[in-house]
Amino acid sequence: MLRFLVRRVLGAVLILFVISAVTFFLFFALPSDPARLSCGKGCTPELLATIHHNLGIDRPLPEQYWSFLTGIFAGRDFDGQWCSAPCLGFSFVNHQPVLDTLLNRFPATLSVALGAAALMLTVGVGLGLIAALRRGKTVDKVSMAACLVGASVQIYFFGIIARYLLVDELQWLPQPGYTSPFAAPGAWFGGMVLPWITLTVVNAATYARYTRSSMVDTLGEDYVRTARAKGLSSWGVYIRHAWRGAMTPVVTTFGIDLGLFLGGALITETTFNIHGIGKLAVDSVANSDLPMIMGTVLVAATAMVLASIAVDACYAVIDPRVRLR
Amino acid sequence: MTPPSVQSGPFLSVRDLQVRFATEDGVVRAVDGLSFDLRRGQTLGIVGESGSGKSVTSLAVLGMHDRSRTTVTGRVTFDGTELIDATEKQLQSLRGNRIAMIFQDPLTALSPYYTIGAQIAETYRRHTGASRSAARARAVDLLGRVGIAAPGRRADDYPHEFSGGMRQRAMIAMSLVCDPDLLIADEPTTALDVTVQAQILDLLGDLQREFDTAIILITHDLGVVANTAHEVLVMYAGRAVEHGATQQVLTRPRHPYTEGLLRSVPRLHSDVDEPLVPIPGSPPSLLAVPAGCPFHPRCAHRERVPGDDCVTRRPALAEVGHAAACHLPEEPREVLAQQHLQP
Repeated sequence: MLRFLVRRVLGAVLILFVISAVTFFLFFALPSDPARLSCGKGCTPELLATIHHNLGIDRPLPEQYWSFLTGIFAGRDFDGQWCSAPCLGFSFVNHQPVLDTLLNRFPATLSVALGAAALMLTVGVGLGLIAALRRGKTVDKVSMAACLVGASVQIYFFGIIARYLLVDELQWLPQPGYTSPFAAPGAWFGGMVLPWITLTVVNAATYARYTRSSMVDTLGEDYVRTARAKGLSSWGVYIRHAWRGAMTPVVTTFGIDLGLFLGGALITETTFNIHGIGKLAVDSVANSDLPMIMGTVLVAATAMVLASIAVDACYAVIDPRVRLR
Repeated sequence: MTPPSVQSGPFLSVRDLQVRFATEDGVVRAVDGLSFDLRRGQTLGIVGESGSGKSVTSLAVLGMHDRSRTTVTGRVTFDGTELIDATEKQLQSLRGNRIAMIFQDPLTALSPYYTIGAQIAETYRRHTGASRSAARARAVDLLGRVGIAAPGRRADDYPHEFSGGMRQRAMIAMSLVCDPDLLIADEPTTALDVTVQAQILDLLGDLQREFDTAIILITHDLGVVANTAHEVLVMYAGRAVEHGATQQVLTRPRHPYTEGLLRSVPRLHSDVDEPLVPIPGSPPSLLAVPAGCPFHPRCAHRERVPGDDCVTRRPALAEVGHAAACHLPEEPREVLAQQHLQP
């Protein structure tokens, strides 16, 4: 177990290093110049060069990347302003420390991610289980058809329609948005309901379909027949024996989705104007804000690699034949 | 005059069992009019090729067929209880408790996700409501009785940590945990190698004597039946074609199909260059079972039957004694038997 963790964490660091390097160099491959934005209308070549110098992007790329890396581990000096480790630099746009902004934005993303993940897992797996147990019956056909519809709509379509109907017209839900759950739990919940429902409608179909097909396969397994021959109730057979075996593909997909959500649900956050990591990423790309882009990419990548480690650990918990090394 | 007691009759009685599946290609008559009796402490061997209806019979007895697409008719009486129209609840309380099953491949038949001990204890707790610790103690006790060394430690192992033979022992321990009156063993030794096969069959015999369990032993292997079963029922295309005491059926077969099966089994005492004689052709599709005697297209003795009875008339199987469902007159049938008198 320890060996597994050490190995996977080292692997994760390597992956993050590669991703950050690729992002960094890709940014400079873009034709856009981050200095243009702050240079404004009366821009002269001299002024542009000064801004380049101030942003530190006039130096050779490898040198810049090296400064970025050392900043993370040892802190970094920005023209007399000390940024202590782990330092991700200052935003090109509002000159705030990137790390502070990320930490400030993360709770909103976390709220969207955890709530949506819990809801879509419950709805998706629940529908899949029911469909599998009643396969060929009306419940099965109706829920699978509903899943097809759910999987086909887009967040920015469903989200906006739902917002118009439920918030603006019927006024059943408050305006979506993030408030701190510690300051105002009710407002936090109300503001999160619509994003959760939207992400669930769009994603639950995958879980329902995986659960259904995986359950149908598992119900045909010999050990499920044995469970019935032991005289277990239908519930005991389905839940204790069949479901356990059917969970693996669901866990795999769930790990990936949770990783994606924690890295910022780009479209959802933009659609509902929630100031999380996802919206931050979209905004910083639009503003050519390199340090902020690096920060959001690192958050997303970290969420992804941690989720994949968690998925592998879950396999071992579910299936005793899997050994972690 | 005392009323006839239920106990005095056969312990398991199957009469005219019919199992039909609806498929896209038509109706499959998997079991077509099967009847047999079984007494306590006795072993009935059901023999036949794949698709002859052996396994379907055992699943239908326990009501474990897919009810949405299977029709089961006939009567199955187990110790006075009618099983065919029993509710799922009634069947659940019998399964694993009074009627237990052992399956062919213990690796796939045991759940990979729970320890051996937990799987055995689960059956016991389900039917007795015993405490966790009592159920575990019972599981360990049974693992010891089926010959697993250090059962207290091995109970915490998962099936993949057991060898094939040990898994089947564990499966047997699981089936015996509630002292069942009837054990249905569906090809219990087919997935095992020969030396382990013999050990498992011996074990079943020992346990049968100890618990006075009735056993239905389903197999395609006449060798397995020869050493363990008191009676043999030979199935072909969903029907019983021969039924009798094991010794009689194996030494004086009365049905050409049984004779064919016996000829295709290698014998230790026969000359090495004496060829094995397979039965020509292959078993019929259960969607289109031949009219008359279902075995007639493959039968070597058809010419000996006068007229066209084999093609038009379905031979009946007498319900008593050593019976065969065949139109052959007695005289040529004696000849059939003579060929097998020499071992």
